[in-house]
Amino acid sequence: MNGRRVSRGRLPAVLVLPALVGLAFLVLPLVGLLLRTPWAELPTRLFSTGVGEALQLSLLCASLATVVCVVLGVPLAWVLARGELPGRRLIRALVTVPLVLPPVVGGVALLLVLGRRGPVGELLDSWFGVSLPFTTAGVVVAEAFVAMPFLVISVEGALRAADPRIEEAAATLGASRWLTFRRVTLPSVMPGVVAGTVLCWARALGEFGATITFAGNFPGETTTMPLAVYLALESDPQAAIVLSVVLLAVSVAVLASLRDRWVGG
Amino acid sequence: MSLDALLQMDRACLDLPLTVEPGEVVVVLGPNGAGKTTALRALAGLLPLQGGHIRLGNHVWDAPPKEFVPPQQRPVGMVFQDYLLFQHMSVLENVAFGLRARGIPRHTARSRALTWLETVGLADRARERPSALSGGQAQRVALARALATEPELLLLDEPLAALDAATRLRVRAELARHLRDFPGCTVLVTHDPVDAMALGDRLVVIEDGQVTQTGAPRDVAQHPGTDYIAHLVGLNLVRGKANGTIVTLDNGDTWMTTTAASGAINVAFAPTAIRLSHTRTQGPNAWQVTVTGVEQHAHTTRVHLDRSLSADLSPTALADLDLDGPLWASVDPADLRVYKSR
Repeated sequence: MNGRRVSRGRLPAVLVLPALVGLAFLVLPLVGLLLRTPWAELPTRLFSTGVGEALQLSLLCASLATVVCVVLGVPLAWVLARGELPGRRLIRALVTVPLVLPPVVGGVALLLVLGRRGPVGELLDSWFGVSLPFTTAGVVVAEAFVAMPFLVISVEGALRAADPRIEEAAATLGASRWLTFRRVTLPSVMPGVVAGTVLCWARALGEFGATITFAGNFPGETTTMPLAVYLALESDPQAAIVLSVVLLAVSVAVLASLRDRWVGG
Repeated sequence: MSLDALLQMDRACLDLPLTVEPGEVVVVLGPNGAGKTTALRALAGLLPLQGGHIRLGNHVWDAPPKEFVPPQQRPVGMVFQDYLLFQHMSVLENVAFGLRARGIPRHTARSRALTWLETVGLADRARERPSALSGGQAQRVALARALATEPELLLLDEPLAALDAATRLRVRAELARHLRDFPGCTVLVTHDPVDAMALGDRLVVIEDGQVTQTGAPRDVAQHPGTDYIAHLVGLNLVRGKANGTIVTLDNGDTWMTTTAASGAINVAFAPTAIRLSHTRTQGPNAWQVTVTGVEQHAHTTRVHLDRSLSADLSPTALADLDLDGPLWASVDPADLRVYKSR
């Protein structure tokens, strides 16, 4: 018996063939993109005005949106995981809605609420003279709206997995809930927070639908990379490819940084 | 300040009166699921009481439905069964945490924490992470962390349960020393009779949430009041009514003893005191038995009998017996310990 491999028969073709087609379907477009990339002129193109501007704006907006998500999303995750709220399941479902909602719909909803005629937008305008739609700040709002669920879900998962008794230990040592959160809970779920933040940032960086609906498309002000790619396809396909490659590289980097969590096993 | 508590919780059907004097170590001993940990969590403020009260000196900590002092405002120190050290902090930061939480400046907190680490003999591990410690060392850090805030009430939940047998012996002796030096009230819960005897000034035995016996460890060990305690301390226990040196057992048998007593009594005797034979022996205290199980120990064989009694036999005694056949057991009246049942 030793050394003999137990064979359960050949893999059935009816499964293998669709699997191969599926794999090719996912991989080939990316390979095609890389093949068509003008590698020699990549550096110069990257720093040309249009591309550079979009890149800069994207990085700025995605980072600001991520900051907003962390500041609001981590407490939200904590309340969902630890606060004994009535209707917690409903709140969790509501938080998840932007995750499955078509981003365009999110953009329309933002426009209706935060637009100059919207209930909140009107107040912002009359009290502070602030108008969010079709501004850089609007881009940040749209991206944060779409990306926040990623952070909340990730952090809440980490919080639920963490042993709540460690917080009880802190309480018996005289720590208030806030101190416990800062010094004990947050450090112990840091890997989850980091993963959520990276995921959130990547989602914000790639945001298209909500951004173009709510913030429009003004080069230098609201034209982020995904919008620039879409625009450039008609006028300057080479620039579209360069921008696409940059976004692809970012995605791969994100995946690599999260590999233990998402691609393990 | 002494602790005066009556812990009532629907969960675990707990109804436990508990008083502890300063400097005293009260051990709550009971089987798993008896409500020991629930009691400890209530004292710490991690679970609110449903009935009764918790008072330390003149301070009311919990008296439903009105009073409740949250855990962070009670001067308690708690050592958890699996220690629950903060893994992302150094050993020193762990011990200093309680002092920092109580608003003591970082520098003072650290130097006091270091003194505590010296007390438990771990000053040289101060900079390490808890994950680098052995089980016994982690237990000592947990103790130092709980003691560093100089609590009025020290709570220990199965403090030795997570240790292997060899470490346990040494850590138990050290723990006993630290508990002797501790000026406040101590409540320790355990299911281990050896820990209870070695560490406790007084035992409170609980079964199914109710107190079944209290007293000095030695007294409890010698005069078990329930089958659970008798089993823990390795004695057989039967109950009956005494009239002088004649005892009528609950099952109707009549036994002779050498101690005169009257009224409801317990009779305890060691498993080695039982003799087994195939015929009824002449003399008192003999009864017919059925063997329910046999367990081999190092040099003796423990034979489990009906009525939850057990007999320890030597290999030679065992060789003469056919355990499947009819058997008679007998006990010498001089080997019986008779005492009032409570």
